[in-house]
Amino acid sequence: MAVTTSDRPNRAAGSMKNRLKPGDWTFTVLTSLTALVVVVVIAGMFFELTHDSWPAIKANGIAFLWHTNWDPAREAFGIGSFIVGTLITSVFALIFATLVAVLVALFLVEIAPRFVSRPVSYVVELLAAIPSVVYGLWGIFVMGVFIRDHLGHFIVSYLGWLPFMNGTPLITGLFSACLILTIMILPTVMAVSRDVIAAVPGSQREGIAALGATRWEMIRIAVLPYARSGIMGAAILGLARAVGETLAVTLVIGNSVTLPSNIFAPAYTMASVIANQFPESAGLHQAALIEVALVLLAITFLINALARLLVWKVTGGQRVTVQE
Amino acid sequence: MTAIQASPVRSRSVSMYRRRKLTDRLMTGAMIVAVILAVIPLFLILFYIVKEGLPGLNWALLTEEPNRPGRPGGGAHNSIVGSAIMVGLALAIGVPVAVGCGVFLSEYGQNRAGTVIRFLIEVMAGIPSITAGLFIYGLVVVRQGHFSGLAGSLALAILLIPIVARITEEMLLLVPRSLREASYALGAPRWRTVLRIVLPTALPGIITGIMLGLSRIAGEAAPLLFTALGNQFLTTDITTPMDSIPRRIYIYATGPYDYWHEQAWALSLILVGVILAISLTVRALFGSRVTVRQ
Repeated sequence: MAVTTSDRPNRAAGSMKNRLKPGDWTFTVLTSLTALVVVVVIAGMFFELTHDSWPAIKANGIAFLWHTNWDPAREAFGIGSFIVGTLITSVFALIFATLVAVLVALFLVEIAPRFVSRPVSYVVELLAAIPSVVYGLWGIFVMGVFIRDHLGHFIVSYLGWLPFMNGTPLITGLFSACLILTIMILPTVMAVSRDVIAAVPGSQREGIAALGATRWEMIRIAVLPYARSGIMGAAILGLARAVGETLAVTLVIGNSVTLPSNIFAPAYTMASVIANQFPESAGLHQAALIEVALVLLAITFLINALARLLVWKVTGGQRVTVQE
Repeated sequence: MTAIQASPVRSRSVSMYRRRKLTDRLMTGAMIVAVILAVIPLFLILFYIVKEGLPGLNWALLTEEPNRPGRPGGGAHNSIVGSAIMVGLALAIGVPVAVGCGVFLSEYGQNRAGTVIRFLIEVMAGIPSITAGLFIYGLVVVRQGHFSGLAGSLALAILLIPIVARITEEMLLLVPRSLREASYALGAPRWRTVLRIVLPTALPGIITGIMLGLSRIAGEAAPLLFTALGNQFLTTDITTPMDSIPRRIYIYATGPYDYWHEQAWALSLILVGVILAISLTVRALFGSRVTVRQ
């Protein structure tokens, strides 16, 4: 075991392969292979979904993306209304969850003492640990009933004059999906925003505080601009979660292929139409549903990539971990 | 004379100060309201899971198979056993890959290839679980010609890998350099240093990551719908369709019978109880969450 080679541990091992011992060589190859698994899985996913949906891609063409007529019996497939459903629910969730989450994150980092911020932070993160299907169950039997009996009427009577806000509140529908998604993505947005805000250097705050700023002015002038692109990243990560969320939404959105006429109408998102129709699909219908999954995969891939780049930009070399 | 000129200026700055102070108070109030709004759902969800779940929690639920639809009673031990087997198998498949990936990133990942892999892992963590299910459906179920518990495990493993891999990497990078250097100084090659020194030191953190991954995949139903399908009967054969707790909750939640709803709540109570217990244990054993790495 005497050291005969000039093995320098801090150098990249790959560049000195010819001098590596067999054990080290095997180790490098094995770990590289596991890393390769990740690449293969992602590439394989795109390949497999494209392959399986090829008949539908050929039959439907590009108009698949905006036609709003989905009629499996007539083999008419257009996912326009699912895209609208996905867009409405996830953007609603994005706006409200980000609003609340950023305020909570600011409270935790800038105001709360440690003995408050730790439990609050933990409680919000526990929300992320609850399974999607349990949210769905709660969404139908508790939240949905509350919307039908109270919240819905409240919204209609105060905001009913607005277009799209007037309708008959039911247990399931677009609005229920919006609300459940808001609750579900809140922890993600909160955790990342909190880390990003905590990464703002203390000297920024001290500088502005020394000029006599109040705490809110300090936050507005020194903290938020510094953390802005990171918070945007956090919000977009939340958006990606909302877009891909399946079962909770399937349970509460009411499931209808028509374009929703108001905020309480039943609808579909891309993920929920797959969950709901795939089990009894075959042939071209099934291929079309896989094509929906392919579109969904591409969209979430792009959104996630964008979000990661934004978060990395703020935290620099540091990496922020989301607890999901 | 000077006093008369100065006073309006002074009163204006005083009112300005009051306004700034008021804005500060208002925003602080808004933050506290936001905290309350964020915390309420958790308490409501936990409250209802316990309130609705407790009545349905009984011995039969854990030890019997489901009755024919419409006949109250029966249990869901097929789902409980199925979930345990599929999650266990997903860990067995996913953890070695994920830990290997983490080792690769921390040992050889300080270059372009490492950045690409790290980025792909982050993106993989955000892939919708239902597309992972459809991927395995096309890859395994269609080719084999039947649904199986194994296919379900593979779909779950895809969701597990990114979670465990990135926590492993972070934990490995937290291991002090001096430990490695001591090992190298004794003549140990790199692979032995990693296996005998670095990994054992980081083990608590890696276990935390595995537990977090476990609690995430234990609640997933979407990837199982088209891979493991479901089963009315108890099975331990991973080549046959298998039931799982989240899927049974999903089926029962949409069903017409009251006793189904009651069992769905009871199963939710079990599922959330297990997940929260894991989360609390991990936190008690290994301290607070993994955050920003140096």
